[in-house]
Formats: sequence, C-alpha cells, structure tokens
Amino acid sequence: MADPSDLDVAYVAKLARLNLTGEETCLFQKQLSDVLKYAAKLREVDVSRVEAAAHAIPVFNVFREDEPRDWFTAEQALSNAPHKANNLFIVTKVVE
Amino acid sequence: MSRPALPALNIADLQSLLRRREVSPREVLDALQARIEDIDPKVEAYLSIDFEAAAREAEKVDVDLPLGGVPIAIKDIINVAGQPCTCASKILRNYRAPYDATVIRKLRAAGAIPFGKTNMDEFAMGSSTENSSVKLTRNPWDLSRVPGGSSGGSAAAVAADAAFGGLGTDTGGSIRQPAALSGIVGVKPTYGRVSRFGVVAFASSLDQVGPLTKTVRDAALIMTAIAGHDPQDSTSLNEPVPDYVAMLNSNGNLKGVRLGLPKEYMVEGIDPQVKAAVDAAVKQLQSLGAEIIDVSLPHTDYGIAVYYFLATAEASANLARFDGVRYGHRAENPKDLLDHYGRTREEGFGAEVKRRIILGTYVLSSGYYDAYYLRAQKVRELIRQDFAKAFEKADAIVSPTSPVPAFKLGERTADPLQMYLADIFTNTGNLAGICGISVLCGFAKSASRTDSSRGEIDNKQLPIGLQLLGKALDEARILQIAHAYEQSTDWHKARPPLAKIEN
Repeated sequence: MADPSDLDVAYVAKLARLNLTGEETCLFQKQLSDVLKYAAKLREVDVSRVEAAAHAIPVFNVFREDEPRDWFTAEQALSNAPHKANNLFIVTKVVE
Repeated sequence: MSRPALPALNIADLQSLLRRREVSPREVLDALQARIEDIDPKVEAYLSIDFEAAAREAEKVDVDLPLGGVPIAIKDIINVAGQPCTCASKILRNYRAPYDATVIRKLRAAGAIPFGKTNMDEFAMGSSTENSSVKLTRNPWDLSRVPGGSSGGSAAAVAADAAFGGLGTDTGGSIRQPAALSGIVGVKPTYGRVSRFGVVAFASSLDQVGPLTKTVRDAALIMTAIAGHDPQDSTSLNEPVPDYVAMLNSNGNLKGVRLGLPKEYMVEGIDPQVKAAVDAAVKQLQSLGAEIIDVSLPHTDYGIAVYYFLATAEASANLARFDGVRYGHRAENPKDLLDHYGRTREEGFGAEVKRRIILGTYVLSSGYYDAYYLRAQKVRELIRQDFAKAFEKADAIVSPTSPVPAFKLGERTADPLQMYLADIFTNTGNLAGICGISVLCGFAKSASRTDSSRGEIDNKQLPIGLQLLGKALDEARILQIAHAYEQSTDWHKARPPLAKIEN
C-alpha cells in the first residue's frame, strides 16, 4: 500500500492547478502527512469481499427527455463574468 | 402586552400570530431587523442581508401558508436569486446568484422570506466557522467560543434570536454539530430527501440541506416545506413527503420505541459533562417508555479517515470549476493559462480549502486511487452495513452530537486533524446516507484553567447536543422522538444571557 511519505505536495499542487507558497507547501506536507498516518488505520480493514457502494437508497439510471427548455439568457449567464465583451466570456489566451 | 418580543418567538408561535393577523409580516421583519442591528455586531452571524427585497416580499406574502411571512436565514452556500452567494470565500466575493436553489423556491412557495445570508466555514469546510474568509462568528452562549460549523452563522443567528430559523448544509456534521454547540435543533435529512440543486457542491455524495431551529416542531415545519423529489437533482429520491408536523404528536409517549446505544460511541476523549448529559437524556427517554438496547457499529473508528478521503476527493473535483473564467475571482494579467489558473486559485482559496484540494487530488491520483479512494469507498460500505444491522434491532440510535461543548476561538485552528475529530459522531451518518437530528440535552459549565488562575470565575453555560440517527427516510421517527424528549424537558426554553430581550 501507498506510504504516507509518498506524498509530494508541490507535485500534487501542480496537478490541482493551485499555486502554493513555499511556506504553505512545507506546512501542508507536514499536516497532510499526519492525516495520512492517522488514516493508515484503514489498512487494518479486510475489504477483499466488499463492493464499493455509496448510498443507503441507490438510485439508478435517471433519465429525462432531451428537449430544449427555457434557462439562462446570455445576459444572466454572463452576469458574474470576471471579463466579458460582445456577449462572450473573455479568457486568457489558450493557443500560442 | 405580555407577549414576548417578536424575535424571541419560535416559528410555530410566530406563524400563528401572523395567521391570526395579530402582527403583519412587515412588523415581524422590522422587529427582526432591529434585533439583528442590536445583536449581530456581537455575534457576527450574517454576511449579507437584503431587508428591502424582504420588505417587498412581506407586502405580498400569503400569511395562511405554513411558513407565511416567516423570515428565514440562509447559509451563504445556497443560491438566493439576486443575493450574494460567496461561500465565505474570496473566490466568490462578488458573486450574485442568478437563480433560486430548489430549497429556496420551495421555502418561498411555503410563504417563507429568505432575507439574509449567514457566515460559514469557506465552502463548508470546517467545524467552527473559523475558516470563513470574511469574519469570525461567535457563540451566543459565550462570545469567546466558536458556534460550531460549518453552518455556524445560521446556528448562532437562531440561538441569539437574530433569526426565527435557518437553513444549513451537512456534509459531515455541519448542521448537527453547530446546532449542538449553539444549543438549538438541527436536522441532517436522508441523502436525497432534499434537493441539492442550486447549492454550491462540496462533497456531492454527502451534502444535504436541512433546518436549524429553536424547536423540533419548527424543524418539522421546514422539513415539510423543503423535502421532496426534484427533477433537477438526479440524486434526489422520488418518495412522497409526509407532513412531519402532523406526525409529531405521540402524546410524549415513546412506548415501543427501541433506541440503540452503540458501545463504540463511548470513546475516550469524550468530555465527562457531555457524557453525563447524554446518559441523563437516555434515562429520560427510557422514562418516556423507550426501550434501550445495545447495538454495535464496529467500523465507527474508521469514519473520520474514510470521510476525509472521500469528502476531499469529491471536493477537489467539485472545486475544479473555480477557474476564474465564467464567474468568481480572476488573477490579474496572467502570462498564460496555467498562470491564470494557478494564481486565480491561490488568491481565491483559503488555507483549509487548499489543504483539502491537495489531499483530494492526491487520493484520486494515478497510483494512489486504489490504496486510498477505493479502499475508503469500500470501508464506507462496511459502515453502511453496520447501520443497516443496527437498525434491524433499533428504531433509532442515540449518541452525543459532539464529543465536546463549544471550544474557544483559535483553540483548534493549528491542528487540522484535531478539528476533523470534532465530527466523530456525525460523519458516519453522512457516509451511510441516513438521517440525523441534534437536540439540546443540557449544559456544561465552562471553567478554563487560565480563567481560574487569574482568579476569575468563568461559569458560562455551554450547550450539549443529543444526536438521534434514523433509518433512511425515517425523518418522521427521529423528529417524533426528539419532540417527545424536548417537550419532557425545559432545555429548549433556556436562552443565552446575551439573547435577553427587553420588552
């Protein structure tokens, strides 16, 4: 099983698209290592015959008709945009 | 007039005054506004209030509806059209909800007026409301202590008579634990009982919306209004909603009710005053006719570990949407797209949210998914089976809500793991998807060493919560039991010294 010391906070932060300061990286490395050590107790449990499931009352296959309906206007959808113009979201350049 | 001041009333009493036209919705709103202006500078429960919009609604509301004319405080994670919805996060500081969450639509249909948004731990991540990026909310029973969390703003507002009732969300205990620490009633409905549409997602397989109120009857009133199927939430259950209020009346008799006492819940570290109060509550339930039986929930000890892997994994996925493109904070002058994402999220999220995104991303990452996430999901199934077995013998399970009464502001912020342990009795209920309620069952006397060494007597009363867990969709039962218990005691009549209202 994975070892708590495997955690590399700086690398995971890159995966999560989340910049951290050097200080935060060090602090989280220690705090989350503590959490992982605490959680190592899960290794004691025999889960060989257990199927992962979640809910007390499982719900399967929820479908609806694929029909258009009234929802947001463009104006509403853009109402919280940090940057917009011509009824569009303005985003940071994606392609060089 | 010998009637208590309006803000001191519970919802049921207030609504009957409204229905009899003895007060108008506008008078109620004005009295509440005066109360909030008087007391909220001390408690700091609210993040935003729109009295003008509320007054417009008060003019046209139908007071004959079940919640007609009753103002309700809303946790700032639930979208109320036209009002801010910040999740107490910098990343949503300027966000205004363009639509109503389903629970808000249902509250309005029942005549309630959602007038203000309450403080919380950022994105509901925390157990003390100290993770708010805006301000600290204080416990009305002792302003140096936390109100619990993450729905601490709604809990403190109700406890301080600065709200008649409130909505919160509960992912690992975030309604029940602040209700316990603030001395009120809080209900975590069965997963799927209440729609999550329009509620900002933290951990989608665990989150539920529920009421925080002064009495069990009030909780039943709100539950009846907000529960039910919603085609816009594919996880909501298509089951009929009973009239929870009509089902309360059992003449206080609990004969034939079997209450399970899990031996695993009498753990070390539980405050002796909490234990004594819960023991006394169990005796009281017995004297009302309930039969107490021993049950076992053998996987209880794994609950926190399972919870923190699953909740953070789901959170890391849910919070990926905060990328500064369509709404929320965006970093200035990014040099490229990675810089845009990295800095937007660095600047927008607080420490606890960042910590959980890291843990959640890690447990889902290649090479660790099976060891952490999948294993946790399997242990979750064992926890669910524990409850299923216990409910073969018992109609409900009794425990403390929180192992300790309200702690001091700042006391636990340095050690996230200690803070996580605050949810030890509540989060297995979320993992199993069942329902739970917390009701006031006594008080602890606070006497901290620093106070006595200075020769000061700090004998504040700190509320203690009793938790009842019920089977999936058995809200009516736990409400009945809690109501019978509440009506047989005077605890619910106690108000914080701060809350005294001069007539």
